[in-house]
Amino acid sequence: MSLALAAVTGILFAAGTWLLLQRRLTRIIIGIGLLGHGANLLLVTSGGRAGNPPVIDGSAGSPAEYSDPLPQALALTAIVITFGVTAFLLALGYRSWQISRDDKVEDDLEDRMVARRNELDGPEGPVDDGDPDTNEFEAEGDPQR
Amino acid sequence: MSTPLLAIPVVVPIFGAALSILVGIRRELQRLVTIAALSVSVVVSIILLIRVDEHGHLVANSGGWSAPLGIALVVDRFAAIMLVVSTVVLLIVAIYAIGQAGEERERVSFHPLYLVLASGVSASFVTGDLFNLFVAFEMMLAASYVLITLGGRPDQVHAGMTYVVISLVASTLFITSLALLYAATGTVNMADLADRLADIDPALRHGFSIMLLIVFGIKAGLFPLFFWLPDSYPTAPGPVTAIFAGLLTKVGVYAIIRTQTLMFPPGEGGANWGDDVLLWVAAATMIVGVIGAIAQDDMKRILAFHIISQIGYMIMGLGLFTVVGVAAAVFYVIHHIVVKTALFLVAGLVDHRAGSSRLSSVGGLVRSAPVIAALFAVPALSLAGLPPFSGFLAKFALVDAGLSQGSSAIVAVALAVGLFTLFSMTKIWTGAFWGGAETEPERDPQTSDRFGGPPLMVLTTLSLVAISISFSIWAGPIHELSQRAAEDLLNPARYIRAVLGEAAP
Repeated sequence: MSLALAAVTGILFAAGTWLLLQRRLTRIIIGIGLLGHGANLLLVTSGGRAGNPPVIDGSAGSPAEYSDPLPQALALTAIVITFGVTAFLLALGYRSWQISRDDKVEDDLEDRMVARRNELDGPEGPVDDGDPDTNEFEAEGDPQR
Repeated sequence: MSTPLLAIPVVVPIFGAALSILVGIRRELQRLVTIAALSVSVVVSIILLIRVDEHGHLVANSGGWSAPLGIALVVDRFAAIMLVVSTVVLLIVAIYAIGQAGEERERVSFHPLYLVLASGVSASFVTGDLFNLFVAFEMMLAASYVLITLGGRPDQVHAGMTYVVISLVASTLFITSLALLYAATGTVNMADLADRLADIDPALRHGFSIMLLIVFGIKAGLFPLFFWLPDSYPTAPGPVTAIFAGLLTKVGVYAIIRTQTLMFPPGEGGANWGDDVLLWVAAATMIVGVIGAIAQDDMKRILAFHIISQIGYMIMGLGLFTVVGVAAAVFYVIHHIVVKTALFLVAGLVDHRAGSSRLSSVGGLVRSAPVIAALFAVPALSLAGLPPFSGFLAKFALVDAGLSQGSSAIVAVALAVGLFTLFSMTKIWTGAFWGGAETEPERDPQTSDRFGGPPLMVLTTLSLVAISISFSIWAGPIHELSQRAAEDLLNPARYIRAVLGEAAP
């Protein structure tokens, strides 16, 4: 594992983690992407030193001097998966923006309700805050947000 | 023993999913495909369980590549038990979903996704390769991402976002641990890993153990890593929530039990601090889960918090690291899958019937829908661990294992948490089934006026409840089976020999 790749991996992880902790959805998604890249790079570098021939053509002596193909195959699989899921995440982020016109991540509704109920300290809590969706399969959702 | 049958529970649902997309216009055909594919999986899983119990581990090498090189499929007793329970539950919930009127029927993607999920779940149980386990997890999770946001409603998108991001972080950590494991050992085959990890620096091994525990702990909902679960599960459509609650977290638990027993066995190498960590984590998971449940008002959220506290029990069994302890954990897992899924199916029925699963706006169901009340009572009492039901036997086995190990503190926690579980079940009971119907001005119009619910939904719920009762009737044989499974788990040499052949030490 070369020092440069190790450093790049570290930077990707650090930047990804930092972005992940932000309140903006777009940043979170980019952060996930960076983290994924960092992990994939780590997977590639786990195969050993860079620079060895990948194809067995007799240019190197012993099998140990060829680069290990397995981590590359694993990284390829992981890249495909990360790609697909990131695409889904972007679509979800777009849907979220369509709904709220804002890409800030909100607190959970139920958590807020429980917290508020404690403040009010009564069985009849916030009446306006419940979920009015009668049947969870009815297309028109709750307009509370 | 080698057999290609092992691939069936993975391959058939995947092909079913493809077929399901092709026949997407005809909803009846889609349903037929789903039921057929899952039925085949059930039958094959049962055959596998019988054969594993007779002959020991079954191994299949995909593509004919022998074990450390190719991807090995391995089924031991634990995996076979999990396969049977999960495929049966998947089949029953599929029928429940078909019986449920609503948006589900209109969405072309529901059935294919459900089958992909089924395939991913089976693959996680069957695989003997850690990277393949990652792929299986991703299959399962990718399907679950879409299922949890299927309606595209605001609360679903909100909850789905949390779920997807958390799962992705866990997946990234999984890849990271895989990369480091490969760098340290040069293999991702679990049997081979178990073999080689024994030779590396114990400190490094502890590190790997904790990394994998964190990865799977996020999926399973262990104590410091559970926070995403109660927010995301309840927003999905009823049957989907039931499957997530019943199965997905248990796949995480399965992975924890598999990796911790196979790759990081306690004892030699001095990993014994690890099991103490597990016990602490188990106790914290139980307590936090049940306290969270008490604070909630929504039936589904109460049940979702209970998943967490129940996960604690399973990890407690593992943390004891004795045959009786692990056997109790195995028994607990299968009991929990059935009971929890049944409870969420009942929650779906309540939702359907009363138009809400919020306790303050539901009430008096014991009179207006006595069938639902009865269907709730049995799994609820079972979950709380009352005597005639499977939950009592599972908890009893755990307590017994804990006492025989001298870990009385964790036993005390387990018993106290059982009491609180009962308390919050009574909260659901008094809130939803007894009076108090109109304590709150109902903002939810009571849409459905059918008795109990659609017959297919009631029947499927009933069959799950019946299965959970049968666990207590045949508790002896089942417990003996989990005992044998636990012996397999605590003797990783058997697993290694089955996969790597006689050449292995």
